[in-house]
Amino acid sequence: MSAPSKDDLIDFIYEEARMLDDGRFDEWLDLWTPHGIYWMPLEYDQQDENLVTSLLHEDFFMIKLRVERFKGERTFSQKPKTRCHHVIQRPFVDRLDVDAGEFVTHTAFHYVETRLDDQTLLAANARHDLVLVDGKLKIKRKRVDLLNSDAAFGNIQMFL
Amino acid sequence: MSRHANDRSAIAALVRPTEVHRDIYIDEDVFQLEMKHLFANCWVFVGHDSQTPNKGDYFTTEIGTQPVIMVRHSDDEIYVLHNRCPHKGTKIAIDRAGNTGKFFRCPYHAWSFKTNGCLLAIPLRKGYKDTGLEESESVKGMAPVGAVKNYRGFVFARLAPEGVSFEDFFGSSLSSIDNMVDRSPAGRLEVAGPPLRYMHRCNWKMLVENQTDTCHPMVAHESSAGTAIKLWEEMEKPEGTKKPMAMEVIAPFMSSYEFFENMGIRTWPNGHGHTGVHHSIHSDYSAIPGYFEQMCEAYGEDRAREILGENRHNTVYFPNIMIKGPIQQLRLFKPISANKTLVESYIYRLVDAPDMLLQRTAMYNRLINAPTSMVGHDDLEMYERAQEGLHSDGLEWVNVQRLYQPGESFEQEAIENGTTERQMRNQFDAWTKYMTMTMDEAAR
Repeated sequence: MSAPSKDDLIDFIYEEARMLDDGRFDEWLDLWTPHGIYWMPLEYDQQDENLVTSLLHEDFFMIKLRVERFKGERTFSQKPKTRCHHVIQRPFVDRLDVDAGEFVTHTAFHYVETRLDDQTLLAANARHDLVLVDGKLKIKRKRVDLLNSDAAFGNIQMFL
Repeated sequence: MSRHANDRSAIAALVRPTEVHRDIYIDEDVFQLEMKHLFANCWVFVGHDSQTPNKGDYFTTEIGTQPVIMVRHSDDEIYVLHNRCPHKGTKIAIDRAGNTGKFFRCPYHAWSFKTNGCLLAIPLRKGYKDTGLEESESVKGMAPVGAVKNYRGFVFARLAPEGVSFEDFFGSSLSSIDNMVDRSPAGRLEVAGPPLRYMHRCNWKMLVENQTDTCHPMVAHESSAGTAIKLWEEMEKPEGTKKPMAMEVIAPFMSSYEFFENMGIRTWPNGHGHTGVHHSIHSDYSAIPGYFEQMCEAYGEDRAREILGENRHNTVYFPNIMIKGPIQQLRLFKPISANKTLVESYIYRLVDAPDMLLQRTAMYNRLINAPTSMVGHDDLEMYERAQEGLHSDGLEWVNVQRLYQPGESFEQEAIENGTTERQMRNQFDAWTKYMTMTMDEAAR
C-alpha cells in the first residue's frame, strides 16, 4: 500500500474491532508499531498523560503483557474468560496526509464486556493515529475516551 | 427483629483471638452498626487540604455512609459539614468539587449558609415570626461533624462530638504520614488530579486486610507480575538494558515469601500498622536525577538519608485508609453496604520535587489500582469470591491465626515477621473497641 485511501483507513478500524471481538490478539498485536501507545484517560478532555492518573497508559511491552496474561493458566480473573463486543460507527477520517505519512481517525463506538452473569456496556470515542510501515497501516497511538471515564467501574478486563 | 441487636456482648462475641465470625463481612445489620458506632467513634480520613486550596473551595465525600462537605472557610480553616440542608434534608452540594463563593445556598428553598455552616438567610423569614424557629435545630445551620483535625495537610474527622482525641487515636502511627510529607523538599504535598474510582462487590474490611496481607501477591498476581518478568527475560535486548519504570513497579509483586517475612510488620494500638519495616517492594526503585541533591539541600544529608531510607510499604490507618509513603499514594475504602465498597486511589505531588517522581506515582496507580489494571483484576476476583463463599454454611468463622501468640496484646507497638496476620487481629481488636464503645449491654 503506497497511499491508503479513506476506505483503507475505515476498513482498518473495522478489522481491528473484529479481531478484538474474535479474541485474535496475536493478529491484533501485529497492528501496532513497536513504539505504540494505548491510552485511556481518566478525566474528560484530559491533556496530561504522565503527571495525573489515567485508566490506562501503556507501551507495546505492557500491551503484549496483557495479551500473554489472558492466556495464563493462573489468571484467576479470566476463569472463566471475558468476551467482548464492539458496535462501531463509521469512522471519521480526520487527517489523511500521504506526504507526511500521517493518518488520524475518530470512531464512536459502544463496547460490551461479559463474564459469568455480568454484562457491562460502555460508550466511547477512539482516536487512532496510524502510520505506514513497510506499506502496511500500523497503530502509533490509540486514545480511548470513555463517555463516563470518571464513573466507578468494576473490572474492565479486555481492550477497548 | 435484627440478628445483631445494638448489644455490646453480642458484637464482641463476633471476634475471637484467632478468628472472626463471617457476619462481620456479610451481615447488613452489622454493617449498619459499623456506620452508627465504628465510623462515628473513630477518626476517619476526609480529604487533603490541597483539594480545597482557596476560600470557598469545597469537595463532597462520605464519612462511612454519611454525606459530608469539606470546605475552606473565609478564616482559611477547613470545615467538615454534614451535606444536608437543616430545613428539608436536601443535599446542599452534588458536584464532587467546586467553589461556592462566600456561602452555600440550598437549591430547594434557598436557605443559605456561611461556609462554616452557620445559617445566613431564609427567604420570607417573617413567615417564621412567632413560630419558635429560634428553638429548632434547623436554625443552627448545616451541622458540623464532631471534631476536625488537619494533620500536615491530611484532614481527619470524628463524627461523634465526644470521644478519643486525635493524638490518642493515632499516636506514633503518624510517623508514616510524616515520612510521606517529609519526602517533599518543601515538606508539603499536593493532590495530583482526581482519584481512580473502582467499585468492589465485597465488604470494605477485606480490602483493608489485604493491605497487610503479604502471603497473596506471589499467588494472586503471578498472572501479571510473573508474566511480566517472563516476557522481559525472553526479550532480545542489549546487555545491561535498564529495566523500564513499569517493570520496576510490577516485578517486586513476585518477591518470595522470604522477602516478605524479612520485611517485617509493625503494629500500633487502635488498629494501625504497616508492612515494610526493614525494606519493601518499593526499596529498589531507580534514583530520580537531582532529587537526592534537593533533599540534602532542604534537610541536610543525614536527615535526607534517614527520610529516604524508610521504605514502608502499606500503612493502614484504621478504619479505612492505606497510605504508601515511597509512592505518595492514599487509598480510601468507602463502605457502601455490607457487600459493596468504593475504592478511591489518590496520588500526591511532592512539592518542589522532580516531575519524574510523580510520573512513577501516576504509573503505579494505574498499573496496580485502576479498574483497568491487570493487578487489581485478580485482587477483586479474590474479594468477590470470598464475599460469595462466606455465605456457605459449611463454616461460620474466618481464620486470622497466622503467627498468633497466645495472650497477644495490642496496647503496645510491636514488630513481627512480615507474614504475620497480627495486623489483621489488631484491626479486629480496634473494631470491637470502637464498635462497642458507645453501646449498652442488652437489657435482660
